[in-house]
Amino acid sequence: MKTFKIPLRYVPIAATISVFCVVYLIGIICYDGFGVLSIFDLLQDNSYLGIAAIGTALVILTGGIDLSVGSVIAFTTILIAKILVAGGNAFLAISLALALGTLFGFCQGCLIHYFSLPPFLLTLAGMFFVRGCAFVVNVSDVPIKRDAVFDFVTDNLSISIGSEITISFYVVVYIVLLIAAIIFSQRTRAGRNIYAIGDNELAATLMGIPVGRTKIMTYTIAGFCYALGGVAFAFYLKSGYASHCVGMEMEAIAAVVIGGTLLTGGVGYIFGSFFGVLVLGLITALITYDGLDSCWSRIIVGLLMLVFIFMQNMITKISKSKSKSH
Amino acid sequence: MNKFATVIMAAAAATLLVTACSKKDPNKTYVGISQVGAESDWRRASTKSIEDAVAQRPQIVMTFADAMQKQENQIKAIRSFIRKKVDVISFSPVVSSGFEDILKEAKKANIPVVIFDRAVDTDPSLYVSLVGSDFTEEGRRAARWLIANKPAKDSIKVIELSGTAGSAPAIERQKGFAEIIESTPEIKVVVSQSGNFTRVEGKKVMENILQTPEGKDFDVLFAHNDDMALGAIEAIRDVGKVPGKDIIIISVDGIKDMFQEILKGNANCTVECNPLIGPTLFDVIEKVKKGETVPPRIPSLEGVFDSIGGIEVGNEETPVQTTKITQEIIDGRAY
Repeated sequence: MKTFKIPLRYVPIAATISVFCVVYLIGIICYDGFGVLSIFDLLQDNSYLGIAAIGTALVILTGGIDLSVGSVIAFTTILIAKILVAGGNAFLAISLALALGTLFGFCQGCLIHYFSLPPFLLTLAGMFFVRGCAFVVNVSDVPIKRDAVFDFVTDNLSISIGSEITISFYVVVYIVLLIAAIIFSQRTRAGRNIYAIGDNELAATLMGIPVGRTKIMTYTIAGFCYALGGVAFAFYLKSGYASHCVGMEMEAIAAVVIGGTLLTGGVGYIFGSFFGVLVLGLITALITYDGLDSCWSRIIVGLLMLVFIFMQNMITKISKSKSKSH
Repeated sequence: MNKFATVIMAAAAATLLVTACSKKDPNKTYVGISQVGAESDWRRASTKSIEDAVAQRPQIVMTFADAMQKQENQIKAIRSFIRKKVDVISFSPVVSSGFEDILKEAKKANIPVVIFDRAVDTDPSLYVSLVGSDFTEEGRRAARWLIANKPAKDSIKVIELSGTAGSAPAIERQKGFAEIIESTPEIKVVVSQSGNFTRVEGKKVMENILQTPEGKDFDVLFAHNDDMALGAIEAIRDVGKVPGKDIIIISVDGIKDMFQEILKGNANCTVECNPLIGPTLFDVIEKVKKGETVPPRIPSLEGVFDSIGGIEVGNEETPVQTTKITQEIIDGRAY
């Protein structure tokens, strides 16, 4: 029998997908109510994280990191809620939120590149700044009022299959964005530049790759992704609140790492973070189905991340020793 | 590498298989409960009351989900309850808005919902009953106590430490308090900030307020829960003021630690908010499962406790007199 050999670089993502499939199967067997169709529930509950994680993945691929994810999402939700309450329409609210998120990402990217600031510290400052701005918009939570545009989107742009499955429009947005991001990272020059910068920034500069422009573009796209994740979150929860999503940047990073992307950059696939998000969501869902204390999901995620980091470490060592022997 | 993956997957499989596989028993009542979190003594007492009530009712099978004070965790938990096809869903919402869609899903799945402790601001036809305290009345009782015991001054300044922004208890206690002091113009709330119902944040926010001009000259602290008041008492002591004497301290909940402080003279009054909701809640849940009608609003029985005793703080329908706190009362407290 021919043994199926997976190329080394695909091993992490293969591992992620296998973990997902095995745990999903266990879920179907063991839990009443958890079935093959539960994947739609997972998408429904985790699309906002998935959209934000695409931005985080791109940033991490350049070798950077972004801690402002949760704050931008919270700011987006409270901004949309406040505009709707003040009488604006949903289209205006969403466009403004996306514009501000993109602008914020652009500013972060510029500061990081032109002043050579460490991304961890700069985005940490960004995180505090945006969270504060969210509280300035409104201190307490504001329910998201329905208006004509809102209702149109929610009622007409969601797909219902049978009586149990709903595919809300933000799930569709996520899938579309995911496909676009995969094509962007694998098939465009800008995408390849991102990988090159993450792998070795000095070598990339010497090769003539426009490092500055690429990095700023990456953070800008990331800002857009976070704001879009915020829009999805707003539709999902119908509540705007400056205190939403505290610590969500850590979930996004965990999803990206579990999805097989190396934290040092240059290695990994956007497709991996899709499964990373699903694994995270699956673990939390099954812990709830089981009735275990919710702290267990964090313990398991922590252990899982450790396993994946070890795996990535070993793969890097093996591939380095292989290239030496050439 | 392959060994690692296999070991992890085997371990995961073993854990889940051992803990989980079970089928439904038609004689039992399956209940899904989503609790706010474990942020305060009061909340923990509420959870313990629920667990004790279930322990005494062998026909109830409960799935308990702790939301860690995050609304999205509650929505995920309720969705999993719907998929599990439980008989009754019960939850205490972290904030009052944003639950309409998930309640509609529960209604579509024909699963009745009983809300406890905090209210949701949504179409009342989406849930069967609300079991819990009347937060507005708690705010009113605190205000009535203050009016009955106000210092002899022309202007009485109140600092308010409110609860989690957007939550029903915070909104309603503030409303009830403001409603009653309106008739007494010399009492005014000069500062109102949220301490998020926790001791740590109560202390932090109070420390900040004490640095401001309003914080240097005020007479009363009204805290929406005992935990925040206890944190604030430490902050007040740190700046050299004497809580209970220089500053009148009024709060809500009625936990043991607060009783101790009132007995020692460091605080003045606490309005009871009964967390021991387990027995009442499960009586209602069992009635709902059998298909009996239940009243849409089921209030809890609560008193008011202080260091003086005998002060009238109720209203015409429900007169309530304060009870003086003694060591015996503290020893007899369940929480």
